[in-house]
Amino acid sequence: MNYFFNKNGPLISTYLLISIGFWIVFLIVIPQLYMLDLSFRPNIPPLLRGGPDDVYTLVHYKHFLFGSETSGESYNYVDIGVFLDTILTAILITLINLCFCYPIAFYIAKVASPNTARLLIVSLIIPFWINELLRSFALRILFAGEGFINNVLIKLGVIDTGINFIAMDVALYTGLNYAYILLMIFPLYNALETLDKNQLEAAEDLGSSMIRTHFRIVIPHAKAGIASGCTMVFMLTAGALATPVVLSSPNTFWFTQLIYQWFNMNDNWPRGAAYSIVLLSVSVVFVLLMMRIFKVKIGEIVR
Amino acid sequence: MSADVELQNVSVSFGNFYAAKNVSVKIEKGEFFSFLGPSGCGKTTLLRAISGFSDPSDGNILIGGQNMAGIGPNKRPTSLIFQNLALFPLMSVADNIAFSLEVRGSGKAERRKRADELLELVALSGQGDKKVHELSGGQRQRVAIARALAIEPEVLLLDEPLSALDLKLRQKMRTELREIQKRVGITFIYITHDQGEALTMSDRIAVMNQGELEQIGSCNSVYEAPNTPFVATFVGENNAFYGTISAVDGDMVNVSAIGNNFLAKAGDLGEGRKHTFKKNDEVIMFVRPESIFLKDQNNQADNIFTAAVKTVEFEGNLKNIYLSINEKQDVRCSVSNAVDTMDLSNSKNVELKFSSRDAIVLPVGPLAVD
Repeated sequence: MNYFFNKNGPLISTYLLISIGFWIVFLIVIPQLYMLDLSFRPNIPPLLRGGPDDVYTLVHYKHFLFGSETSGESYNYVDIGVFLDTILTAILITLINLCFCYPIAFYIAKVASPNTARLLIVSLIIPFWINELLRSFALRILFAGEGFINNVLIKLGVIDTGINFIAMDVALYTGLNYAYILLMIFPLYNALETLDKNQLEAAEDLGSSMIRTHFRIVIPHAKAGIASGCTMVFMLTAGALATPVVLSSPNTFWFTQLIYQWFNMNDNWPRGAAYSIVLLSVSVVFVLLMMRIFKVKIGEIVR
Repeated sequence: MSADVELQNVSVSFGNFYAAKNVSVKIEKGEFFSFLGPSGCGKTTLLRAISGFSDPSDGNILIGGQNMAGIGPNKRPTSLIFQNLALFPLMSVADNIAFSLEVRGSGKAERRKRADELLELVALSGQGDKKVHELSGGQRQRVAIARALAIEPEVLLLDEPLSALDLKLRQKMRTELREIQKRVGITFIYITHDQGEALTMSDRIAVMNQGELEQIGSCNSVYEAPNTPFVATFVGENNAFYGTISAVDGDMVNVSAIGNNFLAKAGDLGEGRKHTFKKNDEVIMFVRPESIFLKDQNNQADNIFTAAVKTVEFEGNLKNIYLSINEKQDVRCSVSNAVDTMDLSNSKNVELKFSSRDAIVLPVGPLAVD
């Protein structure tokens, strides 16, 4: 602490401590603690809060697992189904995203000339000036029954009648993949950028094929970047709302849509909070598990 | 002996810039051959062309008589040791060495056996399970050599691999490299800007400047009989006296320079021929500092001149005496530190001498800038 103050001077040190402290305490810890607390409380009118009925309860978590007491099912198949669907789809999308972004990031980091690399990075960033909702609606137009893609395919004679991309969730997966692409590309790019080009040449000189060089040299080197990108994309995809609302088929439901419904339409904040906590904790546990399996330390991710 | 690596009029250009210009060399099998030159002289470019990482814009590269055009680095019988070694940091030492065997699909036991053999060759037995970063600089060097030898190359290419080591280790590694080369008996092509390295290890040296070959020859001939002023000044130290020819007698010439008349021999032109001069030709006469003696030293000399002492510098085994002739011509003279230089005070005029056999006359040309 003394060292920190001596190094940065009293003014800057105080500013850093206060601003970062504010950020962590007021914007992260307090709201999340409030949510955690709320998730264990009954959904009662404001007037009764603090009264005898306001006691800690597991009713919302029970609801997530077993459904309402009036239903005949032994488990809440609908909500659990939506939840698992969301997690599995998020995993799938993260993997697709990785496969899609790795070659691009490698090209920018190691193959392209500095000028081309700059141009490519800029052209990756600029589309994200358009807001997420607008991008999602644009995709909807593209994938709609009488949308651009169907029209072109019909004109070319590839198909006779339009394909319902929305119902097949092709539009949703495309939209989710695209939404967080930068969060995959940049960590990958950062990690790959630090790879010494001589390593690639040395491997080639020793007879290694390009694919082997990637699996033995490049990917191990970029492991932390891959973990960082995958973590961010997975978390954000599992927690996405706007894209699923716009692009999902009528019978696909994203778990965040459920949460949104509890908060807004059903006016049941405690249950929404409980569902949020379920999503958050399962996502965190999953990420930590993956990091353990692939032997990545949390410190490496933020490097 | 057959030529193992042959460069036929090889040029490498980047746009309008020629990194290597019309280079022709025949390197024999089992030879330790060095390309020596200042940084930016095109030697690394040539090495990359031989290894297959870049293509010559003109000319042919033949290895074992076969034209290498269109053959990638992974298909050539060459192995390159990079300047920064480019060892794989996430693999063990043994995995590094056996990487080329892994690539070819050898089994684990076979890879381990080969790695152990190579570790023994480079005197690193028992270090196979360590990570690269646990080794010292010299040990890493040897791992890089072992890894490069694992593919059983016909030609080993070395891109200044010793430049990151400190002086003592570098000197030790020179001897070791030379010994390893004798043991494996393959061709080594070595790139360096350090003439000491080139002179101690090589069978032959090619001196390069600005993309062009200046001279190819044994260490002795490059040092003792430079063909150009660049070679004379780049390899070792030299005093350059600008002057004109006043008389020619066979291979011996008289040079008049800074008010003196010196007897010297005409320099070699290469391929056994000598430069020929006629009266009034502008020339440079080169005399090495160790060939110039104080007059009272016991050495034969037929040229005597006077110069004023500027400084005397102690360099361990040698003393360097810096002098000047009429403030116009700097002269450096190196004497053994056993020579008494106590009475060589500043500005004192002393008589110096050198033998005409040690004075080489070459046509005027660019010197190596230092």
